[in-house]
Parts: sequence; C-alpha cells; structure tokens
Amino acid sequence: MKVSTTAAAQRKVLPGFGLTMGYSVLYLSLVVLLPLSALLINSTGLTWAKFWDVATDARVLASYRVSLSTAAAAALTDAFLGLLMAWVLVRYEFPGKRIFDALIDLPFALPTAVAGVSLTALYSQNGWIGSLVEPLGLKVAFTPLGITLALMFIGIPFVVRTVQPVLEDLDRDMEEASATLGAGRWRTFLRIILPELLPALLTGFALAFARGIGEYGSVVFISGNMPMRTEIAPLLIMTKLEQFDYAGATSVALLLLLISFLMLLVINTLQRWARKSSR
Amino acid sequence: MKKGIKKGLIAGFTLLLTAGLTACGNNNNANNSANAAADAPEATTSATNAAATAEATKAPAKDPVELLNVSYDPTRELYENYNKAFAAYWEQETGQKVTIKQSHGGSGKQSRAVIDGLEADVVTLALGYDIDALQETGLINEGWQNKYEHNSSPYTSTIVFLVRKGNPKGIKDWPDLLKEGVEVITPNPKTSGGARWNYLAAWGYALDHNNNDEAKAQEFVQELFKHVPVLDTGARGSTTTFVERGIGDVLIAWENEAYLSIKELGPDKFEIVNPSESILAEPPVAVVDKIVDKRDTREVSEAYLKYLYSEEGQTIAAENYYRPTLESVKEKVKDQFPEIKLFTLADKFGTWKETQEKHFNDGGIFDKIYVPGS
Amino acid sequence: MAGTVPMYAPKQKSGVSSPATNESSVVKWVLIAAAGLVLLWLIALPLIVVLTEALKRGWDVYIAALTDPDAASALRLTLLVAAITVPLNTVFGVAAAWAVTKFRFRGKGFLITLIDLPFAVSPVIGGLIFILVFGSHGWFGSWLSDHDIKIVFALPGIVLATLFVTFPFVARELIPLMEDQGTQEEEAAITLGARGWQIFFRVTLPNIKWGLLYGIILCNARAMGEFGAVSVVSGHIRGETNTLPLHVEILYNEYQFSASFAVASLLLMLALVTMIIKSWLLRKNAH
Repeated sequence: MKVSTTAAAQRKVLPGFGLTMGYSVLYLSLVVLLPLSALLINSTGLTWAKFWDVATDARVLASYRVSLSTAAAAALTDAFLGLLMAWVLVRYEFPGKRIFDALIDLPFALPTAVAGVSLTALYSQNGWIGSLVEPLGLKVAFTPLGITLALMFIGIPFVVRTVQPVLEDLDRDMEEASATLGAGRWRTFLRIILPELLPALLTGFALAFARGIGEYGSVVFISGNMPMRTEIAPLLIMTKLEQFDYAGATSVALLLLLISFLMLLVINTLQRWARKSSR
Repeated sequence: MKKGIKKGLIAGFTLLLTAGLTACGNNNNANNSANAAADAPEATTSATNAAATAEATKAPAKDPVELLNVSYDPTRELYENYNKAFAAYWEQETGQKVTIKQSHGGSGKQSRAVIDGLEADVVTLALGYDIDALQETGLINEGWQNKYEHNSSPYTSTIVFLVRKGNPKGIKDWPDLLKEGVEVITPNPKTSGGARWNYLAAWGYALDHNNNDEAKAQEFVQELFKHVPVLDTGARGSTTTFVERGIGDVLIAWENEAYLSIKELGPDKFEIVNPSESILAEPPVAVVDKIVDKRDTREVSEAYLKYLYSEEGQTIAAENYYRPTLESVKEKVKDQFPEIKLFTLADKFGTWKETQEKHFNDGGIFDKIYVPGS
Repeated sequence: MAGTVPMYAPKQKSGVSSPATNESSVVKWVLIAAAGLVLLWLIALPLIVVLTEALKRGWDVYIAALTDPDAASALRLTLLVAAITVPLNTVFGVAAAWAVTKFRFRGKGFLITLIDLPFAVSPVIGGLIFILVFGSHGWFGSWLSDHDIKIVFALPGIVLATLFVTFPFVARELIPLMEDQGTQEEEAAITLGARGWQIFFRVTLPNIKWGLLYGIILCNARAMGEFGAVSVVSGHIRGETNTLPLHVEILYNEYQFSASFAVASLLLMLALVTMIIKSWLLRKNAH
C-alpha cells in the first residue's frame, strides 16, 4: 500500500486511514445507525405533539429523574471503586490475584435478570445483607438505593477494564522523577498518575453512566417499580409497548437516548480538548 | 485517500456478507431456524437433534407437520403434556406425524412478537385483549372469540389469595385486604396480563357491593393499591417477592398459579384463601388465520385447539390446575376447585378494548392511583 | 522484508522497581484489603447467591438442569452467536481504534460518541429497532416475507441484536490505550521502511494486545450474557431460538428456581473459562 500524501497530512504519515475509516463508518452505519434511525423514522405515527406530550408527562419526568440520579450515583461510586480495584490489580502482587481479576467481568456474563434476582435476594428484608441493615433503618431493596446498587454491579467492569490497560501501560519514569524531586507518594499519585488516568477514568464513568440509564433487566426486580418514586424510564418504555403504543415508547426512548448521547459527547469532547492542551 | 476508503468499504462488505451468509445459512428452506443453527459449521457436530428432525420431516407417507404454539408463561407444563397427547391422537386419527413447538413469554410481549412476524399457527394467551390486537392487524379474522365454545376459552381460572400458613392476618375476603397493616402483593397491571385480572376482580367485587357505583369501586381499588409495597412487572416476579423475599401478607394470584406455587414451593408454608366473589379468567385460544393459510396447516391447527375441549384435553388442563369447561371432567375434579361466585369480564366491564382503554392505558384509572393529576 | 523492520522491545513492565515508586507495605495491604472487600461485596456476593440457589435442591437438580436438551440447544445457540459476533466486532474495534487514534480529523469526538451509542441504548430498544427494520411491519418486512427470509425471531435477528449490544466493547477498550501510546513508534517504523500491515502486526499489535484481549473477553462475556435485546427478537421458541439467558428466564418463570440459577451458573463458568484462557496466555507470554 502506498503511503497516502494528502493536503491535510500533518499526522497522516501512517497508512490505513482510508481503509480503517471507511470500514468503521460503514460497519457503524449498518449495525448501529441504520437500525437506530428506524426509531426516528418509523411508521408508528410519532408526531411532535405526541412526543412532547409523552416527554413532559409528570410520570415520565419522574422516571427520568430516578434513572438519571441513580445512574449518576452508581457511575460515580464505580469510578472510585473501579480505580481502586484496577490499581490493586496492576500494581500489587497478592495471593488470589488471578481469581480477583477473573471475577471482575462476571457482571457482564450474568444475564441481567439473574443479577437483579440475586441482588434482590441479598438486600430484601430477609436477605443476607438486608436482614443486617434493615434493623438499622436502612432499606435497600425497593428503594432508589437498591437501584443504585444494581447499576453499580452492572457498571463496575466498565471502569476497571478501561483504567486497567492504561495503568498497565503507564510509564514509571515520571513517578520516579517525581519521587526523586521529593514529592510524597500521595502527591505523586494526585499530580502525576491521576491526570494520566483521568481520560480512561472519565470514559469508564461515562460508559457506566450511559449503561445505567438504559438498564432494565437487573433493575426491575430490585426497584419495586413504584410510580413516581422508583419507576425507571426503561420500564415506562415496556409499559407503553405493552399497550401497543410504539410511538409513546419511542418518545421515551428517544429522549433517553438523547440525554446519554449528549453526555457522552460532552465527556468525549472534553477529554479530547484536555488531551490536546496537555500535549 | 479515496482509493483507501473504497478499499475499506469493499473489505467491510465482504466481511459482513460472509458473516451474513454464515448467520442465514440455508434460511430459505422450510424449517429454517432449526437448520440455521445446525448448518453453521460451529454447530454441525453437536446438532444431531435438529438434524434428526430435519431427516424425519423428509419421510414419505402423509407429510409430517410442525406447529408453533405461542403461549404465555405459566402454561408450559400444560402444553408439554397436551402436545404429547394431541400428537398421539392426531397420528392415530390421520396417520400424520405432528410436532408442536412452544414459545412462552409475557402475554402482551408474545402477541407483539406474532404481530411483528413470529409465525405462530396458534396462539394461546392470557387475555382476549392480546388476541384482539392480532385481529386488528388482520392476522386473525374477526369473530375469533365465537369460533370455539366458551368464548374460545377451553379452560378457565379465577383470582384467589395466597396467604402465609395459618393466615395470621385473618384474610377471608376482598375488604380484608384494605385492613390497616395488611400488605398486598400483585404485579403491575400495565406490564402483566395476570395483574389485569387481579385488578378487575377487585373492581368487580366492589361494584357488586356498592350497587354498581363506579366511584366507590374506584375508591376501593385505589385504596387496595395503597397497600401494595412492590409492583413487580410479571406474575412470577410477584410470586418470588411474596414467597422468597417474605414480603407482604397476601398475594393476589391466578388460581392455577396459586396451586402451582404451593406444589412447587412448599405446601407447609402457604395456603389458599378463596374470596366470596371473583372474576372468571378466560385465557383464550385462536388459530392465526393468515399464517395457517400461508403454511397450509389450518386443518391440524384447528384440530389442535378443538381437542383441548375433548375429555383428554380437559383432564390435562385440570391436572395443571386450570378449571375445565367440559361437564364430565368438571364433575370428576369438583373437589379440587371449590365453588366461588364468579362474574365474567362481559358481565361487568364489556369488551377488553373498552376495559383496557378505561382502566389500563396511559391516563386511565390505574394511572390516577399514582399520579393524581393525570 | 521482515528483517528491515526493527523489532520494538515491549515496554519494560517494571515489576520490580525502586522503592520510591512503591507504597509502604501498610498502604499496599490496606488498599488490597479494601479492594478485596469491594469485590466481595459488590461482585462476589451476588455470584455466591447464584451458586447457593443453584445447588439448593442438590446436585441432581443441578445436573438435570444442565443436561436438559433445551439447555443444551440454548448453549449451542449462545456459543454460535458469540462465535459470529465477537470476531466481527473485534475487527471493527481494531479498525475504528486505528482510524480514531492514529489520525487527526474533524468530528473525532462525535465519531467516538457514535461508537459509544449502543451502551446508552436501553436493551429493549436495542431489540426493538431490529423489529422496526425487519419485522413484518418494518421497512423490509414485506420484501422479506415475500422471499421467505427470516431475520427476526430467527438466528440472524439474534446475531444482529447481539452485534448491536456488544458493538463498542473492543473499540472502547482500545481507544484510550492507543491514544495514550501515540503514534511515535509507528512513525518510526514508517521511516524505517515498514509497510502498513507490518506496522500493525509488528509494532501496534504487541503494544495493544492486552487491551485487545480485555476487549474481546468483555465483548464475549456480554455477547453470551445479553438478555434484554435478544429477548425482543428471539421469539422464545423452545429448543430453537432460546439463548442461555432466555432459558434462564423461562426456567425462572416456571418456578424452577434452582434449575434457572444452575443455567445461570453455567454462563458464569463460561465467562470464567475465557478468563482462564487469558491468564494462561499471559503466563505463556511471560515465559
């Protein structure tokens, strides 16, 4: 293959841009964009008025609030816990490390419904954890806290697995330099390591968050589904489908999608911008 | 550059095409999905079962036939037994081999799948509304409900209460559910077909005891749902909440479900309470006209549903805790099913379409329980 | 040709480095203990619940659940679906990561976000969109039914829905990693006369292989475990279009709690097997 020399080739000395770009865009269009556009352009008679009606309904708004707040709380907690786990996995040797590493992915492999049932079994009033904390006045199952927990379970691998490779790849020279300059370990972490990890961490957070907003299977068991309080937006999509109301379901889904898309876009753009200014 | 992108597109197409071909396999022949799995190279060695059925379909004599029965969740055991019985009966009658494939899921979801292209020869669902939806899209001809006896419901059920052993809260009838401190478990009528029967049973009772005063009935049902701490999406979810999580004092359930959960989950832990009055739940059946005409399976599909009304079909239904409709079988199992005063949907509510719109659709009465303004 | 390309020694993984870049052992063990607790609480406990529920009624029920013909056909289908989707998404992931990280172009953030999009789509919608396209009232519905081609409620639909759901995994794993590595090594290889594929296989791949492996493992785990989207397009025909997660749900809905958790534990074991393969590769590589 001839190395392409085009006008805008500041960094385009490497080959394969056309090939990989063309393929990526084509595949993306076929597998994701084309089907998704069916949501927008379908024959089920979605009009602006209908969309607005559905999207501003008090119950729908309440469900957005539940979905967004629990997903954000879960993703944030995951970001901290995930960083901790990735750090321990990459930097330390300890017995059982391999099992530790293997367990991280299991939330992906477990069908979400099973995850929901098991979590509910743990946290309901007669469960292992629920029976311990409920006497203390902490109700987990069938409250927003329970939803957050389910979403944390679903989201944790995203954070660990995006941070882990970057951390593994991190150059230790900088740390050494920092140490020789007299910086303490904590300071080095905050000033040198964390900024390097931040993009990956942000990505992990964003993915966990986006996944949390749309999650259905694991949440419906533990949420209790009380309208206005613990009813999540994806459940409303289901109830609308149950009435054969495709347009209504699409409206809820579209708004949900738009929110996640904008959030991901902002985080991705911020990240690119931060990266540019740091280089 | 341009050349590169073109190359990318070509590479992409080739890859996807290959994958597509692998996936589709020989999707075009008659029993496609079974073969699609069998024909893909990864599965050839292990898919002897599918291959064997495919072999069998090629045998001469009267061509063997395959039916797809799309049903709702709790009927698995019923149809597992019934399918065997019918296959034997049909082969004896006509010499034709028939295999019945089953699909189970939430009633509304199953109905949507058939609308969207799941090729069911017969549907056996939880409520008429879901079959009405099929009729509206033209898959089923009008008047399906009069095609078979008893509104096309070969077996029926009703709504009863499941309480904890010894009935500690002393629950005997519907008003007891509204007593202070009683927690009631029932699924969400918006996502569960069974839960709609629960709701309607309570509503009908309240109508009867308030001189058909709709406002009083609404009050009663609203009060009832204030006692519901968890709204699961399906009947089984509710059963789990009640049985495994130990939440709630009473579970409102289909009679067949209540019997089944006692059998499966512990006769020593729960007991059934029959309310003084309840609704006659009629899970209907229908032949999907468009599909049977396309697949040329009308004769056997109709016989399949018809045989549900036979002595054998009714006995199997009764063994699976559904109330039979045939007098002779009814007589045999009358100890199993206590007399409850039953009203029908038509008595109190009219058609499913009206009921759904008034009570369960967005902005309907059920929504008002939780969102006062809507 | 190979001789002209200098082999880049993989970056030294400093397992043993100066004490200055290590924490005191107290801090180390506190961190390990904390991480261990989090793991136990957040991930291991739910899994233990699955296993105890699965074995509640004894080994007989457990074995019976796994050897049931329906379970076997569900397992076959699940493996087949994963075998189709994972390679496709891997190729895409590598291509996309290369395009996104090795070049500058406008709208890159937008493109990355589009790649992320399937994560943000509710699984139910992930299935529904294929119904809207290929269902009998969808765009190609009548054409497909005229030609008697089945997409939804058959294997192709399940594959498509799984492709959609697992679409971003490999790309998302590679992008931050390759971004971090920059392009210097590849550029150096170019100046030394290496050609496209050589650069990729000799320079890039060794650098990203662990990230790639993580991506593939995650993609595979999710492909096997996906429930929501597949449930919409599967049609739930027993022994034909039921994947393992769907089989789990069906058993659960039939009061066969133990059996359903047993099948779920099978999925966990499948995931563990992939992780063991990874460990094995890692160790083999170390020697």
